[in-house]
Amino acid sequence: MWSNAIAGSTATLAAIGTAYWCYLTFGPKAYAMTPAEEGLHPTQYPWEHVKLHKTFDHQALRRGFQVYREVCAACHSLNRIPYRTLVGTVLTVDEAKELAEENEYDTDPNDEGEIEKRPGKLSDYIPAPYKNDEAARAANQGALPPDLSLMVKARHGGCNYIFSLLTGYPEEPPAGAVVQEGLNFNPYFPGTGIAMARVLYDGLVEYEDGTPATSSQMAKDVVEFLNWSAEPEADERKKMGWKVLAATLALWGISVWVKRYKWSPVKTRKLVYNPPVSGGRKFG
Amino acid sequence: MGVYSGLYNTFFRQNTTMLATVFLGAFGLQLAFDSGSTLIWNNINKGRQWQDIKAKYVQNAEEEE
Repeated sequence: MWSNAIAGSTATLAAIGTAYWCYLTFGPKAYAMTPAEEGLHPTQYPWEHVKLHKTFDHQALRRGFQVYREVCAACHSLNRIPYRTLVGTVLTVDEAKELAEENEYDTDPNDEGEIEKRPGKLSDYIPAPYKNDEAARAANQGALPPDLSLMVKARHGGCNYIFSLLTGYPEEPPAGAVVQEGLNFNPYFPGTGIAMARVLYDGLVEYEDGTPATSSQMAKDVVEFLNWSAEPEADERKKMGWKVLAATLALWGISVWVKRYKWSPVKTRKLVYNPPVSGGRKFG
Repeated sequence: MGVYSGLYNTFFRQNTTMLATVFLGAFGLQLAFDSGSTLIWNNINKGRQWQDIKAKYVQNAEEEE
């Protein structure tokens, strides 16, 4: 029968079409970038300060700020951090004032319209190492060292990524890796060619609290400090979050009690229904 | 029964005393809640916060002077 042939081929075509549609929709994913361009995914480290019930370790923040100041600050700015936020976090008032006074800032125009220089105050922001982005590029063979204020928030992997990047420079690039002139090989950096060379070596800084300054210790401290600079509100935010949870829990408990209280007459009443005796007097 | 009616007569019978009870109670509860949670928080994070290490650096500064 020819109608059987048509039905059969239509069903076959529909099955093939459905399979093809499924393949297009749920089939293998297409990645725009090669794994090298994606960068090696960082190791997950058990950061203590990331836990929901832990504040930053402020001793580590103090060490991390020292690392930033002595190492990172040569090239990287920290534009969003004024000295006042360091007070009560990593420095005492006197230390922060002393640090701020080491730099000069522009005054407001005076009566003649001249702009003079004055020593820094607590309300001033930490000065950038270069006047502008162009100067920074010119000093670094065309590569712009990014501002570090929000870096932990700005990169996938956050703390893990920055720690892996800082400690992930191999002694030699692996065989077959193409490293451009003026770049360094780092598997964690997307594209693997990074303009920043390895900077953290054991004993690069001398910690005032006697902590051995291994490169991983310095990386860990500076990452925690950068996490603070990106989220200076984190300590207070976590504490407030717990308080909100506690208060909400108490209010929820009260609401449950009120509901049960209001419904208790409804839930405990007994309805008695006496059906009319059958065979008795008819209604109507 | 005696306790409840006593409480009722003391705090809630008159509108002014009830309002005073509510406001003072809110104030007191807030105070207790805040200081209690701060106490727990500081205990969990013992040695991690600035207030725990501040003393070292303030003393050092005074010694230098």
